[in-house]
Order: sequence, then structure tokens, then C-alpha cells
Amino acid sequence: MSTTETSLEEHAHDHPSEFQYVKIAIFLGIVTALEVVVVYIDSLTNLIVPILSAMMIVKFVAVAGYFMHLKFDSKIFRRFFILGIILAMAIYGVVLWTFTFAERLAGAAS
Amino acid sequence: MAMVTTPTPWFLRRPKASHGIWSWVTTVDHKRIGIMYGYTAFVFFILGGLEALLIRAQLATPEGKLISADLYNQLFTTHGVTMIFLVVMPMGAAFFNYFIPLMIGARDVAFPRLNSLSYWVFLFGGLFLYSSWFFGGAPDGGWFGYAPLSSSAGFLPGDHRIDFYALGLQILGVASIVASANFITTILNMRAPGMKLMKMPVFIWMSLVVNFLLLFAMPVIAVALFFMTFDRTFGALFFAPAGGGDPILWQHLFWLFGHPEVYILILPAMGIVSEILPVFSRKPLFGYSFVVFSGAAIGFMGWGVWAHHMFTVGLGPAANSAFAVSTMFIAVPTGVKIFNWMATMAGGSLKFKTPMLFSIGFIAMFIIGGLSGVTHSIVPHDAQQQDTYYIVAHFHYVLFGGAIIGLFGGLYFWFPKIYGKMMDERLGKIHFWMMLIGFNMTFGPFHILGLKGMPRRYYTYQAGLGWEMWNMLSTVGAFLIAASTLVFMHNWVKSKRKGEIAGNDPWDARTLEWTIPSPPPEYNFAVIPTVTERDDFWHRKYKEDKKGRPVPVPVGGSEEHSEDAEHDAGHGIHMPSPSYFPLVAAIGMPVAGFAVILHSWPLGIVGTVITLAGFYGWVLEPATAEEH
Amino acid sequence: MHDATVEETHAEHDPHATYTGLDNVKLAMWAFLGSECLFFGALIASHLLYRNRTGTGPTRHDVYDIPYTSVSSFVLLMSSLTMVLALAAIQRGDHRKLRIWLLATSLLGASFIGGQFFEFTEFVHKGLTLQTSPFGSSFFVLTGFHGTHVAIGILMLLTMYTLSKLGKLDPFSEGAKKVEMVGLYWHFVDIIWIVIFTVVYLFP
Repeated sequence: MSTTETSLEEHAHDHPSEFQYVKIAIFLGIVTALEVVVVYIDSLTNLIVPILSAMMIVKFVAVAGYFMHLKFDSKIFRRFFILGIILAMAIYGVVLWTFTFAERLAGAAS
Repeated sequence: MAMVTTPTPWFLRRPKASHGIWSWVTTVDHKRIGIMYGYTAFVFFILGGLEALLIRAQLATPEGKLISADLYNQLFTTHGVTMIFLVVMPMGAAFFNYFIPLMIGARDVAFPRLNSLSYWVFLFGGLFLYSSWFFGGAPDGGWFGYAPLSSSAGFLPGDHRIDFYALGLQILGVASIVASANFITTILNMRAPGMKLMKMPVFIWMSLVVNFLLLFAMPVIAVALFFMTFDRTFGALFFAPAGGGDPILWQHLFWLFGHPEVYILILPAMGIVSEILPVFSRKPLFGYSFVVFSGAAIGFMGWGVWAHHMFTVGLGPAANSAFAVSTMFIAVPTGVKIFNWMATMAGGSLKFKTPMLFSIGFIAMFIIGGLSGVTHSIVPHDAQQQDTYYIVAHFHYVLFGGAIIGLFGGLYFWFPKIYGKMMDERLGKIHFWMMLIGFNMTFGPFHILGLKGMPRRYYTYQAGLGWEMWNMLSTVGAFLIAASTLVFMHNWVKSKRKGEIAGNDPWDARTLEWTIPSPPPEYNFAVIPTVTERDDFWHRKYKEDKKGRPVPVPVGGSEEHSEDAEHDAGHGIHMPSPSYFPLVAAIGMPVAGFAVILHSWPLGIVGTVITLAGFYGWVLEPATAEEH
Repeated sequence: MHDATVEETHAEHDPHATYTGLDNVKLAMWAFLGSECLFFGALIASHLLYRNRTGTGPTRHDVYDIPYTSVSSFVLLMSSLTMVLALAAIQRGDHRKLRIWLLATSLLGASFIGGQFFEFTEFVHKGLTLQTSPFGSSFFVLTGFHGTHVAIGILMLLTMYTLSKLGKLDPFSEGAKKVEMVGLYWHFVDIIWIVIFTVVYLFP
């Protein structure tokens, strides 16, 4: 039992401190606020989606990396998660692509 | 331990029965759960087989009058759903359960209680589906349940057939996801020391791939089935064209699941065959790493071919071409495996025991099914075959000729380990030849019928189209398969009762499960083995001479062995205690299913409360039974 | 005998007993979260397909109230902070702080659900229901499933709170692992909302 506890404490040292967690949360709050601001800037037009996506990814990575400890944990955990994300994006991306293709085809025909 | 201080309330005490029915109900032993999976799947195999016989009897002659069109629709749908979800998948799970821990040198799976939960959820899911026969009829929309036919509320008031389909598969999906997380963890974490990934038996590799496929494919069908349920029960418009919904979305989601599902069904059999062939060829598997990597490649590429089920939908030439190419590509790793199996046999000292016959039968039938599959990848060709018996021929050659024949091989191969007795070879061979001939008589003619234009799913046909002879032949074949199954059942019961005693290692086999007594003790391994080689057991028994031929290691020449260990059998080995909470948690699910069908909130609450009670008991019960 | 018992019963939790050295429960949890990506992926993709299919019903510009949803998104984000603080507390063996942060997390989660309930009623008043259009169907089912996940999370948080009260989260290394698992689930639900908020609400 004692070995488990010591290793757990050692493990805890790799984790960010509570103050760092608070900083990350403030950062997340600020990015969310910026996201909302971006939506109301009309002049951005075509840039809105890329900018929002980038901010979304930053938030996603911050929560997964720090709050879920993926940055500090075994690579295997990260791989499981990334595998799920990439697979989902790939297959659902293709599904949506086939729909837009069919729609464009229908548009061209009519 | 902490809980010793406060007395445990009666309802949280762990059950202690080690004999009788109650011990089976509460068991968390992977071997017992595997056996329960196997028997349950076999019962469903009989039911699905009877459904098939009724279908074939109806189609034996033109204008058959045996069953109505309505009953026919229910029969072919239930036959498909049964064979896929209630026979091949759980039979695969039976092998995973029984043999993954034994082959990786573990005492149990990573989560014994979750394992028991998977079984009960599967059983109740199956019973829920079959209960539809008593509540207005079984599902009748095909196993693929295409929208919008399936997603519009029934044509008749009180028609809940498709609701049983959607909710039943949903429940079965829960069982699969739970089991997949369990087996993935077991394979990665519970291996005996020294068993690196590339030293794992191929069956374990294929199990790992299958469970990853289950893990990622089941949520996709779950969403599709939820959409269907929302459409039918709450008037949502996901698949309703009149309301702006798109039925093609169902097809995408269904086949996104459905194609990985094909590999979920076939890969366990491929793993089994990869274990059997080396044993009866007395040679290591040819190109182990190629077989492993092609299995993994199939797992990945299986995600990129789903739209070949939808070539006639009108996805457009770009999508059709892309999926045609990816479908042709996936034949490559499959072909690699077939060549490896044949090369394993080449030059070996072959012993044609029943498991070996089934394995060779598997390869032969799978080649036929695989080749007809490649013909579907050619889009214009597929347009001719779509919805004809040619398709039915193809998938029966891979799922029956492939999966079922392979699984039978596994049953013959491992029966001695499970029951400690040998199966009767003569009856086994009779079973094999009857089944192989019956199978080809039944499904071979489907190729011709399909090319002659006979459509699937029609309950009857007219005379004079040139279909009569082939249909009659097929029906005779189907009854031959049924007869062969009776031979198998007779053999099973007879051998179980008075078969020849098997001993630890009747086949002179290669993997760890054969190092321990048959049947294995509850704790499997008295001493956890240390693995140094691929096919470790073989290398303990044989060294290679200069020409690479196996030479027995002299008796006593091999280091350490179970002999010593067995003397102190089981002392100090503490196995997980039985529990009835997995059963409780599982019971709530079909109750919730009926609640959706009956639109009954109170019943829904009852179901949820039962399941929650099961999980809370699970969390709160003590880790072990008191005073053992 | 006694020692053997302790060792075996803890095999399920003791990371040193496994081949990879990783905890069984944690490995299974990450596998499950990987699976959940496919689940929410399908819901989000279907919503993207249907977001403009509004028929005669209201469009998203008619119903969405971005400032309101931003606030509830912020609430859920902050619940991830309190969750991670709860874990840090039990890792130090501080059960009092653990319970405070668990309670705070559940309250933030509950306000999120409350906010969602209010949002749903607003939408219904504006004429958007499950039956209005594919947009309505996919919006309610996607956000509804997310809300259900949050609700299950709250149930797990309150369970941890009660277990801590009853002293059943001991020894604390075992308890900390349970809290960590609940935390992973909770952060995952938060992550999914990060995606939903941006893709469903903010994308033009």
C-alpha cells in the first residue's frame, strides 16, 4: 500500500498547482469572451469560421491537456482520445462531403 | 479493511453460492460467462435457423403458400438481426471471454463485474427483441431498417415492430460497448510478464482489433437508432423527407457502423483459424507480423468503405469512385491473410482433425465470398447486383462460410479445454461434410439466382423465370445444414458426457491455455507464467534442429513447470467475489425499453431506478464476501 | 492469507499490477471517452447537415441568444476548474475541501442545466420544437444528449460527495482515483460543450 501512496505523491508533483489551474480557467474565460466578440465583428466575414475554430481548438486542448492531465499522463491515454477524435472528424467529414456533392450535382442539374 | 468496522447491510453482502443456478446468475468468472454467452448464442442460432428454414420452405416452389408476405418480412428481418447480433457477435464474445484471459496468462478479465453486466444486458436485449413476437409482431424492415419506411410511425395503430428493433439493438449496443472497453483493457493490461504485443497469439490480436471496432462503431449506430426512435416516438424529422429530413443520413450512419460490423463478425473467426492452422500443421503461423498488421489494416480501412453499400443511392461519381477504390484496396490485406494461411499449411505435417477441416473449409468458403465481394466494388457491376440474391450469396459466404464455419472450428478445437473431454472425431467429420455440402447447396445457387434477376426480400415468385430448380436445390441444402447441426448437438452432448479424457494438451498445441488443466481451475493459472517466446508453450516443448524442424525437449529439460505449481493449487489465490448487481443493473434496460414503446413515464422511471439501484449496489458492495 | 487478499482485491486498482503500468479503470475510461467522440461526432455532424433546414419554422438567427448562452458556457467552463480543485484536494487527503469543491461543481452544473431548460422553453415559445424542422430535431437532440450527460455527471458528483461524507472514499489513494474518473467524465462533457458552443451557436 505504502508504495502506491508515495508514487501517487510523486505523480502529483508533475501536475500543475492550484494557482495554475485558476490561471488556465481565467484564460479559458477570456478566450470564450473573445469568441463572442468575434461573432459581432461583421468585417471579418470569411475569417470568422477559421478564427472561431482556432479559438475552439485552443480551449479544447487546454481543458484536455491540463484539466484532464493528458499533457502529463501516459501517451496511451492521449492516443485513445485522439484516435476517437480523428476517426470521428474523418468519417463524418466524408459523410457531409457526399451530401454537399449531391447537392451541388442537384443544383447543376436544375 | 475499512468496511470491517461497520456491518454490511444484507442487501449489499456479496453472494457466496459456488454451485447451482444461483452461482451462475451471480458469477463473475470469465469462463462461466463465456459458457453462458456460448449457449445463449447457440439457442439463438437454432431460432435464427428455424426462421431461415421457414423462409426456404416458402421459397422452395413458385407461388408458395406456406407463409404470408407479412410474416415473411418479419422472418427475414428477425433472421438477419438474430444471426448478426444474437449469434455471431455473442459467439465471438464467448470466445473472447473464455480464451482472452487464458491465452494472455491472466486470472480473469480487467473488470469481472462489467463482464457479467455485458452478458446480462446482451441476454435481456435479445429477449426484448424476441418479445416482439408476442406484442404485435417482430421487426419487419430488414436488418438495415432503411428510413423513411422504418422511421415513420407504423402503418397500423399500435404497430411497434420497428420500435422493438431500434430499442433492442440499442440495448445490445450497450452490452457491446461495455464489453469492448473491458476486453481492450484486459488485453493491454493483464498480459503475463514478457508477453509483448508482438508475442501475443493472433487470436488476441484479432480480438483487440474487433474490440476497437466495437468501441468506435457502436456509438454511431446508437445515434442512428436514437434518431429513429425520436422520429417514431416523438415526431422528430431526422429521416422524414416530407418534413425536410434526409433518409440518406440513416443509410450513412447505418453503414458507417455496418461495415466495421462486417469485420467485427469475421475477425474473431480469422483469429481462431490462425490459431488452429499452426497446431494441425505443426508449424508456426507463416508471416505472423503480416497477419497481425493486415488484421489491423482491415480494422482501419474498414472505416473507409461504407458507401459501397450505397452505390445505387446517387452519391455522385466522385464519391462512388472513391469508395470503389477503397473497397478494392481492402481486399489486399484480406488476401495477404489467405496467402499466409495457405503458406502455413504448405510443407507442414498436416493432421486433418475436425477443427482443421473447419479451418480449411473457412478459407475455401471465405475466398469465394471475398471474390464475390470484390465484384461488388465495381460500381456498374454492383448496380446489376443490388438487391438481388447475388448479394445474399456473397454475405452468406462470408458470414456463414466464413464466420460460422470458423467459429464451429473454434468450438471443436477448444471443447477439450472447456470440458476436459474430446469431441467425437467421426461425428465431427460427418457434421463438417454435411454442413459444407449443405451450405454450398443452399447459397451457391443464390449466385445464379441473383444473376438471373431474382430480387431479395420478395416472399414469392412466379413460375417460368428459370428460378425453380435453383430454389428447390437451395431449400434442400438448408435442411441439410439443419440436419448437420443436429449431428453437432448430438456430438456435443455425447462427448460432454462420455468423451475420451483430454488432458492438458490433447492437440500438442502452442499457446498458454494448454499449459493448464482441462477444464481450467477457477483461478486459471496457479502461477502466472512468464513468457519469452511467441507461441511460448510450443517452445517449452520443442527446440528446433538445424533444418528448423521441431525436436522435443527431453522430459525434465524444460525449466520450471506447472507440475510443481499444481501441488499448491489455489492456496492464497483470491478470486473476485460473485455479485448480483450487474444483473439488477441490466434488468432496468428492457424495462426502460418497454416504457418507450408504451409511452409510459412511470415505467421509464421504474427502469431507470432499477438500473441506478444496480449501479449503486455495485459501488457500495464490499470488495469481498465476508468470512470465506 | 490476509496479505494475499489485500493484494488481489486491489489488483483491479493497483497500477503496479498491470502490464502497461497504467490503471485499469483509467484506461477503460479513456477508451470510453474515445467512443463518446464518435457518439457526439454523429450528433454534431447531423446538426451541421440540418442547421439550415428550417422549413417554415424559425431559423437559428431567430432563436439563439448568444450573450445568454455565453454565460452558461462560462458557467460550465468554471465547473471544470472547481472539479480539478476537488481532485487536487483529495489528492492531498483534504476531504473537507473536496466536498466543498464537489458541491460547487454540482451547483455550477445544475445552473447550466437550469439555463438549458430555460433556453429550451424560450425556443419553444419562439416556435421551435423537436417537430418543427430537421434543424429543431437535431438541435434539441444534440443539446439534450449533452444535457443528459451533464445530469449524469451531477449524479456522480453528488455520489462522490456522499461517499466522502460516509468515509467510503478511503484509503484516499483509492478515493482519489474515483474522483479522478468522475473528473475525466466531467471535463469531457465540458469539452463537448466547447465544441457545441462554437460550432452550433457561434458559427455563422
